[in-house]
Amino acid sequence: MSVLIFVELDNGNIKKTSLEAIAYGASVASQTGSTATVLAIGQADNSELEKAGHYGASKVLHASDEHLAHENALAYSDVLFQAATKEGSKIIILSKSGLGDAVAARAAARLKAGVVSGVTELPQIDGAFKVTRSIYTGKAFATTEIKSDVKVLVIRKNAIEVDEAAISGSAAIVETFASSRRDSDYQAQVTNVEKASSELSLTEADIIVSGGRGMKGADHWQPLLDLASALGAATGCSKPVSDLDWRPHHEHIGQTGIKVAPNLYIACGISGAIQHLAGVNGSKCIVVINKDPEAPFFKAADYGIVGDVFEILPKLTEAAKALR
Amino acid sequence: MKILVCITNVPDTTAKISFTDNDTKLNKNGVQYIIGPYDDYALARGVEIKEQTGGTLTVLHVGEADADPQIRKALAIGADDAIRVNADPQDSYFTAAQIAHIARQNSYDLILMGRESIDFNSGVVHGLVGEMLGVPSYSPVMKLELNGTTATIAREIDGGKETLTVTLPLVLGCQEPIAEWKIPNMRGIMTARTKPLQVVEPVGLDEMTAPEKFTLPAPKGACKMIPAEDAASLIRLLQTEAKVL
Ligand SMILES: Cc1cc2nc3c(=O)[nH]c(=O)nc-3n(C[C@H](O)[C@H](O)[C@H](O)COP(=O)(O)OP(=O)(O)OC[C@H]3O[C@@H](n4cnc5c(N)ncnc54)[C@H](O)[C@@H]3O)c2cc1C
Repeated sequence: MSVLIFVELDNGNIKKTSLEAIAYGASVASQTGSTATVLAIGQADNSELEKAGHYGASKVLHASDEHLAHENALAYSDVLFQAATKEGSKIIILSKSGLGDAVAARAAARLKAGVVSGVTELPQIDGAFKVTRSIYTGKAFATTEIKSDVKVLVIRKNAIEVDEAAISGSAAIVETFASSRRDSDYQAQVTNVEKASSELSLTEADIIVSGGRGMKGADHWQPLLDLASALGAATGCSKPVSDLDWRPHHEHIGQTGIKVAPNLYIACGISGAIQHLAGVNGSKCIVVINKDPEAPFFKAADYGIVGDVFEILPKLTEAAKALR
Repeated sequence: MKILVCITNVPDTTAKISFTDNDTKLNKNGVQYIIGPYDDYALARGVEIKEQTGGTLTVLHVGEADADPQIRKALAIGADDAIRVNADPQDSYFTAAQIAHIARQNSYDLILMGRESIDFNSGVVHGLVGEMLGVPSYSPVMKLELNGTTATIAREIDGGKETLTVTLPLVLGCQEPIAEWKIPNMRGIMTARTKPLQVVEPVGLDEMTAPEKFTLPAPKGACKMIPAEDAASLIRLLQTEAKVL
């Protein structure tokens, strides 16, 4: 009956958003008087997986078969289905990402479970089971009741506040999870993977420095990259910037790009069109740097500087370096 | 080649969102509806593939009659016929089950839709449909090429891109730059009027999830302006006041 949490691994480490999912799952488990079990698929050391205990999980099921080494949402959803069935789990938690949504969807179809993606807070459980989710690309929220027996929740970054300093729980027990394999999940041949390995991913990042058309061109990105590196931030951009190939498509943030929810979003030379705002309005704190005092982005910002990005950015970088 | 393209009927990206009936319904007053932007990419690519392969393209919408203008637009862009499942979809599982039901009756080679709807933003319907049909699903797909029954797909993964080949049938969630949005021409608009739009009733299902109440985000406080010459002080404020550094 345990709450089951699907975590994502990155080079053998549990992703930060997955640690949040564990904390979230553990909190739901204590609300419902059960325990939290983690499912980790892929290669990882026991010492890393035991960390799940610090975030409140009592047990980790580790599916580490060779054929699961390459990320495969179809196969992973099957393993999740098998784990949920074995554990008798009625509540399943994943963090929102391309993989999380795909695994959640396919597992939900087999478990005949209601699935809600984009959950922003802990559920309210008082007879009924209700969650709050982000809708209309961040323009509103919906309180949604999940009525099915098995419930699948895909949570957004910052759906729960994890106080790293207060992390205490003991190490989780790690068990090997032996799963069966469906051949139909292995039809596809992956022929190429392009991944910027050193790059911080936008959905994971706590700080994002993002540039718009006001950055003038691909050759002018260095001051922005310098600030990002001084802050340990990921970099993003507006749609025209990726359309113009100044930056790669996967950095494109907004309605038709990635939705981000960092603690700090610094927008440089971005006007703040509604379609861009749609991707960033989950941010805790927004800083806007724009030479036009009338730029609509200032209305959505917490801090603003009116000025030329190429003058402001170096000053910020210098001050950020002085912090360390 | 039999292609199914599933479209949503959603408020335009610039729509101002508000609610009525005690915050239980969207205030549709003054809201313009469009084919979901991601679905529009799926439709555009579907039409291109139909034209290349000489196949057929059916457009499917789960929703009420107020979507008919958007369905006609899809027909004008190049779909051959349309099916509307007459229901007010509030839940991903429900919507997926309707799509899967239609798909089982017609065995499509390719089922395309947007990576997510822009009203509920769930991004789970393609995965649900895929599993319900026992067919692979991929999303977000940025490139789709067909060679007979083999598809080559490029899709976005966390911080990068993956290319794979896989055999049909498939369910795909699409996004740009899979194709350029298409604008219907006059001839398309004329012929769309007489293309078949079949309205069918939904299959019954236990209710999985139901939205109860909608809320708007708390209004943003005023933006604190920092003089350009004093830019460095921003970093201090972010650390001591906003506490985000
Ligand atoms: C259906 C649809 C979906 C869309 N989806 C997205 C999306 O997902 N993401 C997205 O970003 N956009 C999206 N758009 C596009 C969106 O409407 C805007 O066109 C886009 O966000 C503008 O990008 P920008 O702010 O970089 O450029 P601009 O609007 O051109 O703004 C550039 C800004 O830079 C400022 N500037 C110029 N020079 C300097 C300088 N030296 N120093 C400081 N500031 C300077 C200017 O004052 C201006 O405010 C979408 C549009 C549609 C119709």
